[in-house]
Amino acid sequence: MNRLEELWLTVSVGILVIFMFIIGYQTFALGMGPPSHKETIDPQQVDQIEPFDEPGLKMLGDKQYEVVMILQAFAFTPSHIEIPIGSEVEFTMTSKDVTHGFQIPGTNINAMVMPGHIQKISHTFNEPGEYLVVCNEYCGIGHQAMSTTITVK
Amino acid sequence: MIKNSVALNKLDSKLVMAHMYVAFISLFIGGLMGLLQTLVRSGTLVLPFGISYYQLLTVHGVILALVLTTFFIIGFQFALMSKTVGMSDKQRDSAWFGFWIMLFGTVTTAITILLGKANVLYTFYAPLKAYPTFYIGLALVVVGSWIGCFTNFRQLYVWKKKHPGEKSPLLAFMVVINMLLWFIATLGVAATVIIQLIPWSLGMVDTVNVLVSRTLFWYFGHPLVYFWLLPAYMAWYAIIPKIIGGKIFSDSLARLAFVLFLMFSIPVGFHHQLTEPGIDPVWKFIQVVLTFMVIIPSLLTAFSMFATFEVTGRSKGYTGLFGWLKGLPWKDVRFFAPMVGMITFIPAGTGGIINASNQMNQVVHNTIWVTGHFHLTVGTTVILTFFGISYWLIPSLTGRKLTKKINTLGMIQTIVWAFGMSIMSGSMHIAGLLGAPRRSSYSTYGGSEQATEWIGYQIAQAIGGSILFIGIILMVYIFFYMVFAAPKGQEEFPIAEVSEDAEPTPKFLENWKLWIGITVALILFAYTIPFLDIIHHSPPGSPGFDKIIR
Repeated sequence: MNRLEELWLTVSVGILVIFMFIIGYQTFALGMGPPSHKETIDPQQVDQIEPFDEPGLKMLGDKQYEVVMILQAFAFTPSHIEIPIGSEVEFTMTSKDVTHGFQIPGTNINAMVMPGHIQKISHTFNEPGEYLVVCNEYCGIGHQAMSTTITVK
Repeated sequence: MIKNSVALNKLDSKLVMAHMYVAFISLFIGGLMGLLQTLVRSGTLVLPFGISYYQLLTVHGVILALVLTTFFIIGFQFALMSKTVGMSDKQRDSAWFGFWIMLFGTVTTAITILLGKANVLYTFYAPLKAYPTFYIGLALVVVGSWIGCFTNFRQLYVWKKKHPGEKSPLLAFMVVINMLLWFIATLGVAATVIIQLIPWSLGMVDTVNVLVSRTLFWYFGHPLVYFWLLPAYMAWYAIIPKIIGGKIFSDSLARLAFVLFLMFSIPVGFHHQLTEPGIDPVWKFIQVVLTFMVIIPSLLTAFSMFATFEVTGRSKGYTGLFGWLKGLPWKDVRFFAPMVGMITFIPAGTGGIINASNQMNQVVHNTIWVTGHFHLTVGTTVILTFFGISYWLIPSLTGRKLTKKINTLGMIQTIVWAFGMSIMSGSMHIAGLLGAPRRSSYSTYGGSEQATEWIGYQIAQAIGGSILFIGIILMVYIFFYMVFAAPKGQEEFPIAEVSEDAEPTPKFLENWKLWIGITVALILFAYTIPFLDIIHHSPPGSPGFDKIIR
């Protein structure tokens, strides 16, 4: 192998290895990995199964909330949530029909919500304002209308 | 009997050209759909006759990502095989058989989409349910391509029998690697389509396992993009050196890069499923690491290419740190178009590394950033190289000349393409970072302030898309001109020789059993445990949803 080529490969592979260590450290030591919750649910019985029989905003403690949310074409239940500033919110979600996406632009919240699976993702809302929530996985003819808001004040 | 292996005979030309007609007609149809999509999304066009945005999007994806690419690649590869190892009558018959099956499948799927019964996009994620003929047509395209695979395998096998102890021609080696990659990868999509989706869409079973289907799809979905990229690499490694008047920098490096692509492009599908529930985060991370491995052969390629360029430039007497760049034939479209594609691969590949970076994926997943990304990779790097190939391949097959006028028009086409794509893909990348979702029709999201920010970029996408459509019209004109109107003559089929300075190619590079063995072992390593875990923790299945897509 050519000397320059060895140098090129050593440096670039070295950079890749550094990338991987950073990603691995953030994922496993800092708990920043992508949402990968593993509970399942019968997609045809969602309304009857806890906690989805009572979707909504639930207070867990001081500035700690859980949102139990059902996604279906083309709506989020509950919708237009209001929470106090500085709240840590855990979203517990599933789908009643096809695969949906749950994305809050401007934050790192971005998760797939699939029928048969329960997905969880958390975020602390430190900035006041009205956050847009969109479905970002094609779910049918009205997909572009599937959105709601979260108001933080 | 192997026929004349020096030039493409008439019968082989006809076979290759049949694939090219389908490819370039697809380019026109798919490009038109793309233009209409950008116009709808900019808020300036409302589709007539109740046509849905998602119907256009399904046509655009299927016809460009699956039909154009597959037909061009298989046709191009038959040309390379015929040129380097030859093609017998029997092999040609089986190639035609595969072609007709693929075409029949394409037409079946296309009719289903046009009737509005398959607005499921080209990823057809269950439990969105299309009419059965959509899946059956796609299965036939895959089966037809398998016939192409085995024809190519047979061609090299017969050549090796006749040339014992010789190393296989570089391009034939590359074609066989790409077809092995394709065959192993399509087993996944064939499994979900044939075992899960067809019986389910026919009503033979009530429900489908959604996560298993997605996992099988993405087992195929990532190597699919390398199946597009490798033919471009074939041209870069083994054809462009000849066009610029140089030699192949190293035969063994080229083969090594292709072997690495075979091994590392398949066990990485989870990086498309990073934000999905039900997949163990440790296995997601393992596949992210494997994804980083597949960057290495691309880095090897980048080095090889620029080494070839520099050596060639200097051999022509140009000196200085960058002076050798002047030694390259910038006014030859056969070089210029692929070169622009190659340069585009620098930002395109960087974006790919971002997408694959586990938690960073959350920032861009399913936003229009991703659409911007693959319009740079496949939509610029790969397609401009394919156009670059066409400028010599089509006239050399039709017995015509690449005229000066067409060369100039091709240069203009390349510039139009690069310009339009910079605008379109650039604004897609920015809008994606701001959170705009991909695959969504025009929406103001209830007058949301954030969504208002996106509209400007969507208008920019329509401007870029319109410029690109001019590029498509130019290219389709060039294609038909080269087929029917260019002056008769002989156009060179350029195949480069290996540089005298290159080290000899070690024998182990052609140890197929070893490479296939490692590939299978890596796939089993990356998928066995998480896949069993997915099946073991399966929820009750999902019924189909076909009303919400109409």
